[in-house]
Amino acid sequence: MLESMNKALASNANPVGIGILVATCLGAFYLHKKKHRELWPLLGLLGLLLFNFFFSNNFLAVEVRDGAFYGTPLNILNQGSEVMLLAIGMTMVIAVKGIDLSVGSVMALSGAVCVMAMKDGSSFFVAALIGLVIATIVGFVNGALVSGLNVQPIVATLITMVAIRGVAQLVTGSNPVAHNDAAFEFIGNGHFLGLPFSIVLVGLVFTVAALLARKTPLGLFMESIGDNERASRLAGVPNRSIKFWLYGFSGFCAGVAGLIAASYITTADPDRVGRMRELDAIFATVIGGTALTGGRFNLAGTLLGAVLIQTLSITMYNQNVPSDIEPMPKAIVILLVCLLLSPESRKQVLQLLRTDQWFPRKVTG
Amino acid sequence: MTEPLLLARGLSKSFPGVKALANVTFDVAPGEIHALMGENGAGKSTLIKLLTGVYQPDSGEVTLAGRAIAPKNPRDAESFGLSTVYQEINLIPHLSIGENIMLGRQPTRFGLIDYKALNLRAKAVLARLDLHHLNVTDSVGSLPAAVQQMVQIARALVVDAKVLILDEPTSSLDEGEVQRLFKVLKRLRSEGLGIVFVTHFLDQVYEVSDRITVLRNGELVGCYTAEELPRLRLIEAMLGRSVTASGRENGGAATESSQVNDQPSVLSAQALHRPGVVGPISFELRRGDVLGLAGLLGSGRSETARMLFGADPAETGTIYVDQVRVNIRAPKDAIRAGLAFSAEERKLEGIIPNLSIRENIILALQASKSSVRLIPRAEQLRLADHYIKALKVKTPSAETPIRLLSGGNQQKVLLGRWLAMQPKVLILDEPTRGIDIGAKAEIEKLIAELSKQGVATVLISSELEEITRNCNRVLVMRDRKQVTELDGAWLEPSDVMKVIAGQETHPSAHPPAAAAHSEEANRA
Repeated sequence: MLESMNKALASNANPVGIGILVATCLGAFYLHKKKHRELWPLLGLLGLLLFNFFFSNNFLAVEVRDGAFYGTPLNILNQGSEVMLLAIGMTMVIAVKGIDLSVGSVMALSGAVCVMAMKDGSSFFVAALIGLVIATIVGFVNGALVSGLNVQPIVATLITMVAIRGVAQLVTGSNPVAHNDAAFEFIGNGHFLGLPFSIVLVGLVFTVAALLARKTPLGLFMESIGDNERASRLAGVPNRSIKFWLYGFSGFCAGVAGLIAASYITTADPDRVGRMRELDAIFATVIGGTALTGGRFNLAGTLLGAVLIQTLSITMYNQNVPSDIEPMPKAIVILLVCLLLSPESRKQVLQLLRTDQWFPRKVTG
Repeated sequence: MTEPLLLARGLSKSFPGVKALANVTFDVAPGEIHALMGENGAGKSTLIKLLTGVYQPDSGEVTLAGRAIAPKNPRDAESFGLSTVYQEINLIPHLSIGENIMLGRQPTRFGLIDYKALNLRAKAVLARLDLHHLNVTDSVGSLPAAVQQMVQIARALVVDAKVLILDEPTSSLDEGEVQRLFKVLKRLRSEGLGIVFVTHFLDQVYEVSDRITVLRNGELVGCYTAEELPRLRLIEAMLGRSVTASGRENGGAATESSQVNDQPSVLSAQALHRPGVVGPISFELRRGDVLGLAGLLGSGRSETARMLFGADPAETGTIYVDQVRVNIRAPKDAIRAGLAFSAEERKLEGIIPNLSIRENIILALQASKSSVRLIPRAEQLRLADHYIKALKVKTPSAETPIRLLSGGNQQKVLLGRWLAMQPKVLILDEPTRGIDIGAKAEIEKLIAELSKQGVATVLISSELEEITRNCNRVLVMRDRKQVTELDGAWLEPSDVMKVIAGQETHPSAHPPAAAAHSEEANRA
C-alpha cells in the first residue's frame, strides 16, 4: 500500500504534475473570490486530482514525443472531447427547458454515415460533411417535434434516441465497419500545435457557442425562455424558432463527437459508440451549474463538468475498477458535486460537521 | 324567517399583509339558495375556505343546525354535512362514475370494495339528481363537462350533505346545461338543503337565488332578499360606489378628450372575434386616446386585450395600425406593428424572474430589433438606468434579479420594458392590481403623460374610478361581448355601472354638446 503510494508520488511529483495542481488551486481560489458557481465542479476536480496524485501511477505525467504532448492529462482531454461536445449542445438545449436524449445515438449515426460514405468512395471531407449534415437534420427533427408539435422534449428525444440507433445499425448492416484513411484517423488521433486535434475541435465549437450566447441576443432569449416561457413569448421572443435551432445545434455537436469517436477506433461501431453518453452530457451540464429547470446556463461550467466526469472515468480505470461496476462510484461522486452546488445542502453538511452537536456541552449550574 | 341551518358569526381571517375577511356574518336557511357575490378579492373564496376547513378562522364561530363546528379540513367539514363543489372538475377521469361518487367512502365487504353496494348507492344519489340515464360503471373522463359537474354534485350529496356549497358551478356550462343544473338545485332546495351559490353571472343569480350576500374588500356589505335588491343596487354594492353620487373629484387625461378626437387614428379593430371566447369587438384608437375596457369579471376584457395583441389571436376580424392593415397571429407581430401589452398575471406572463432588471427591460426591444446583433452593453445600461430613474423603481442596482423587487416595482420595470420600444399603442391589463398606492398614482400619471406624447392606451381595470379617472373613452363589455362605447370626458363611474348592469341609460350626465361633438368626430 505504502509502497504503491510512493511509486505514484514519485511519478506524479514532477514539474508538470505540481503545476497542474497549483493551477487548479489558483483557479479555485480565483473563482471563490469572484463568487463564481464554477468553483464547485473545480473543487471536485481538484479532489480527484489530489487523490490520483497519491494513488495513481503516472497520472499527472506529460511527455513530449514527435513534437506532441502525451500522458494521462492529454488522454483525459482527448477522450473527454466527446462528452464535452455533447454537453455543450446539451447545455444550450437544457437552458430552454429542454433535454436531448438522442445525442448518443446521433453520435453513432454520424460516424456510421461518414465511414459508409468513405467506403462508397467519397473523400473524407465529403463523408464527414454528410455525417454532420445528417446529425444536424436529426437535431432539427427533435426541434420540430418539440417546438412545432409541442411534444415533451424528453419524449421526443427518447423516440429519436431509439429510432436513430436503429438507423445507425441499418446503415452499417449491424456490424462494426473499419476504415483506413489518414484524414479520418487524424480527427481522433492527430495532433495540432502539440494538442490532440479533438480538443482543438472542442475549442472551436465551444468558442462558437460562447460567442453566440454572449455576443448575440441568443443567450438572453434562451435564459428568458427557460425562466418564463409565457412571458418571453409575450415580450416578442421567437421562442419556437430558437428552440428549433438549438436542437439542431445539439445534433451538430453530437455529429462532431460521433466523427471523433469513430476516428478514435477507426471504426464505425453502431452498437457501442455513444451508449449512455447522453447521460454523461446531462451530468456534465448539471455539475457545471446549469439547472435542469432551465434559465441561467453556464457553458464554461459545463466544460469543467465534462472534464470532471472524464477524469473520474480514467481514475476508475487506473484503480482497476471493473468497467461493469464503474457507473456506481461515478454516481456517488456526481451526487457529491451536485450537493456541493446547492447552498442549502452545503449548509446542512456544515451543520453535520459542527462538532458541538455530537458532543453536547454539559449544562452547568 | 326559519332558524338558520348554517350560521357563521364574526368570521375574520388575516394573511401576512392582508386582512382577507373582517368580521363577516353569513347564514343559510334550510331550503334556500343563497348567492354569494363580490368582485375578485372580495373574500368569497376565503369565506368558503373558512366554512369548509381549508383555513381556520382567526376569530368567529360557525354553527350547523345549532351545533358549533370547527372543521379542520374539507373532509372534516363533509362529515358535519357541509359539502363543496369546486369550480374545477375534481374527478378522476379513468375511474367509473360510481367509483368517483363513492371515492373515499367505498362500502367494503371482507376488506374488499363491495362494487354491488357501491353502484347501488351511486345510482340512488344520481336518481336524486334526475340522472337515471347515466350508467354508473362508465368512466368519467368521456362525459361532457356538464355531466361531470353533476357527478361532482352527486359526490357532494352522498355524505348526507345539509349544506351544499357551489363555487362558480356554471362557468364552464352552456345555457341549456345551466338550466338543467338550476332544475336540480331547485329540487334539492325543495328537499330542504341549504345551498350556497357563488357566481359572477348576474342573470343566474336572479334566476335561482332567494337571498344574496355581497362582500367587498373582505367585509360584509349586506344580505338582501333577491326581490329587494335590483341589479343596479347589487352592482353598486359589489363595486362600492353609489350610482346616485355625482360630481367628479378628479380630472386626469380624461378631461382632454375632446381635443384628442381630431387626432389621426392609430389603431382600428374591426369585428375581432375569437369564437367561444370573446367578440366581436370593434373600436378605434386615436393618438393620445386612453380607452378603458370596463365590465365585470369574466366579461371578456382581458380576452379582448389578448386578442388584440395576438397572445390568443382573433380568428376573424381585421386590425389596422396607422391605417395599414396588419396581420397579428402572435405577440411578435403585434410588437412589430407598434403594440405593447402588459399582461394581467405579472408573475406568470410578465417578469422573467431570475433575469436582472436590465435584461427584463431590454428584452422586448431586443426581440423586436434583431436576433443577431446584441444591443451594446453600454446602451443596455443607459436604457435600464433611464427607466429605473424615470419610473422611480426602487432597487439597489440594475443587475438585481427582478424577482427580488416588490410587486409595484416589478410592474414599473415591465412598463419600462414596453416604453423602451416606444410603442404606438400600450395595452395595460390591470396595471395597478396588487401594488401600493404610491406606485399606483405614478402609473396613472405616466398614462396621462404618454397620452400627451401621443401614445394611445387601452386600460383594463376592475376599479371603475380608475377607468373614469384616466380614460377619455370607455368600452363597456358584458358577457364576453361589447355592449357600447361611452365618451369618457364627462363620465361618472355610475354611468358606466348602469351600462354594466344592463340598464340602457342615457347620457343625462353628458352635456349634450360634448356628446354631439364626439358623435360627429366618430363619423368623420
